[in-house]
Amino acid sequence: MTDGTTSASGASELTSSMQHNQVSAADDRSYTAIANEPEFAELRRRYRRFAFPATIAFMAWYITYVICNNWARGFMDTPVVGNINVAVVFGLLQFLSTFVIAFLYSRHANRELDPLATQLRNRFESETGR
Amino acid sequence: MSALVLLPLATGNRGLTIGLFLAVVALTLGITFWASRQNKTAADYYAGGRSFSGFQNGLAIGGDYMSAASFLGISGSIALYGYDGFLYSIGFLVAWLVALLLVAELLRNSGRYTMADQLAYRMRQTPVRSAAATSTIVVSIFYLLAQMVGAGSLVGLLLGVTDQSVKNLVIVGVGILMVIYVTLGGMKGTTWVQIVKAVLLMLGTLLITILVLAKFHFNLSELLGAAAERSGKGLAFLEPGQLYGKDLIGKFDFLSLGLALVLGTAGLPHILIRFYTTPTANAARKSVLWAIGLIGAFYLMTLVLGFGAAALVDTAKGSQIATSSGNAASPLLAQAVGGGEGTLGGSVLLALISAVAFATILAVVAGLTLTSASSVAHDLYASVIMKGRASEKSELVVVRIAAFAIGAVAIALAIPAQRLNIAFLVALAFAVAASANLPALLFNLFWRRFNTLGATCSIYGGLLAAVLLVVFSPVTSGTATSLLPDSNFAWFPLRNPGLVSIPFGFLCGIVGTLLSRDDSSARRYDELSVRSLTGAGAEKATGH
Repeated sequence: MTDGTTSASGASELTSSMQHNQVSAADDRSYTAIANEPEFAELRRRYRRFAFPATIAFMAWYITYVICNNWARGFMDTPVVGNINVAVVFGLLQFLSTFVIAFLYSRHANRELDPLATQLRNRFESETGR
Repeated sequence: MSALVLLPLATGNRGLTIGLFLAVVALTLGITFWASRQNKTAADYYAGGRSFSGFQNGLAIGGDYMSAASFLGISGSIALYGYDGFLYSIGFLVAWLVALLLVAELLRNSGRYTMADQLAYRMRQTPVRSAAATSTIVVSIFYLLAQMVGAGSLVGLLLGVTDQSVKNLVIVGVGILMVIYVTLGGMKGTTWVQIVKAVLLMLGTLLITILVLAKFHFNLSELLGAAAERSGKGLAFLEPGQLYGKDLIGKFDFLSLGLALVLGTAGLPHILIRFYTTPTANAARKSVLWAIGLIGAFYLMTLVLGFGAAALVDTAKGSQIATSSGNAASPLLAQAVGGGEGTLGGSVLLALISAVAFATILAVVAGLTLTSASSVAHDLYASVIMKGRASEKSELVVVRIAAFAIGAVAIALAIPAQRLNIAFLVALAFAVAASANLPALLFNLFWRRFNTLGATCSIYGGLLAAVLLVVFSPVTSGTATSLLPDSNFAWFPLRNPGLVSIPFGFLCGIVGTLLSRDDSSARRYDELSVRSLTGAGAEKATGH
């Protein structure tokens, strides 16, 4: 293994006692085989179907909040109840949306991602004898 | 979140405060010695044996992330500037969604000990590891300096000492402690120190929050009203505009800060390596969920602390809180709700909150020192210099030497850096993390074509853009509050570089990738995808 086109996490793998973690030819074949499985394409699709739109959504929602603080102050200053105005509510809603998205992602991952990932990982481990 | 001014709290019971400080030191050292006997392999030292549960690591992430800047700085900023002080905490919290959705689990499955492990996964090792180690060390040192400068000023503030030599001594002491934590305890010791600190911080903050809310019949509107009235600014105190966005440049500066805060967290190396301490990606996910819950709850409580201080303690010009740039707000509020100056309850709570702030600093500096020492030993020594021929034993010797060296460098830099604004150092660390590390991480995970040249270009490009834009900003020169008030070479108008340097980092990654014909990394993209999404071949927990 020379620097440059090494496999696995590179040269440093050689240093460790965990030498089995180098990507051997067998591992390499297994990775390629799994990458071509329809189940893997499905796992990747399910992951991206949630993670990418959710990222765009919370970034847009957060940037809207930052922009409103700058350029929509009349709106932000509107009282809602008592001394609580739109700005405070909007800020607290950022907390709420963060908690909700985190919860939804965790539910999605537990139900939709983990079973498929476990199945593919088990196949990899039986093929490579781990 | 601005410069700590050196005015002591000449109140409270100094003996009690010192006693509690020493108790914190004794407790953390005890944990470290215990952990030092558990460290056997490299995975133990660098990643705590990957044996921490989701909940434990969630607490440790909280302990790593909630720095003195957020504990004292944010509540102080709210006490002085009202609503605008709250804005930092929102960026700091929302940022965790980037880490949860895009980074934590994939990194846990594909990396090993350092951020560079992931970035160099399918790249040529030497150039990418050198680049990633450089930005790891730069980000960690900026962050470390902020904490150490804060430690010197805070201990001075909390113990009522104005003498400069005492502050220098405190910085040296904190430096020695962090080297001891890291050389002996490794990741295991550091993690337990962070867990203990997170518990202390959450309990201390909760206690003061309840005492404050009780004074206002647990009615937020009543608390806000009292804060607005006592602030002398009326309802404007509850509206945006007291601190940020006073003119057009200020508005863009705030936008720039907001971007750096939300995109920086998922690129902070000392946060990223915490994901390696869990046994599985599922546990890494759980740890981020716990972290989001804890950090969110904490920032909601700092809102109560900040407005509580504005309502209950003197924050007018010339008051202790104003002259400390707000950093004294939480401790003085604790004293006030405990019964006030001179009472037993007041002294006890003041000492307690001061000790919590001290524990906070120690836990954060330990994490940062470990991160940079690990990168020196694992990335620079074992991979770049020895090309992978170093033994595990020699790597574990080098990591300890590196911890000493980083401790010495941090002490040497922190003593003159006491003139620097802490918020500036923290914001710079976030801006570099968002500009240099995040683009490379995301491209590596999600863009097949991304290659070695792209990775090095985005890391060095984002890093240089962020640092140089700060050098040519009003932070460095051109205004009375600049580092060099007598010179003027500030052609870049924004104090925070993120608005330009973050897109620039992404752009460098794209241009570098397209300029290179190297497709060896693209060929290994399938392997990285399978490994990061399924955990096939990922590092396992070490069994003890």
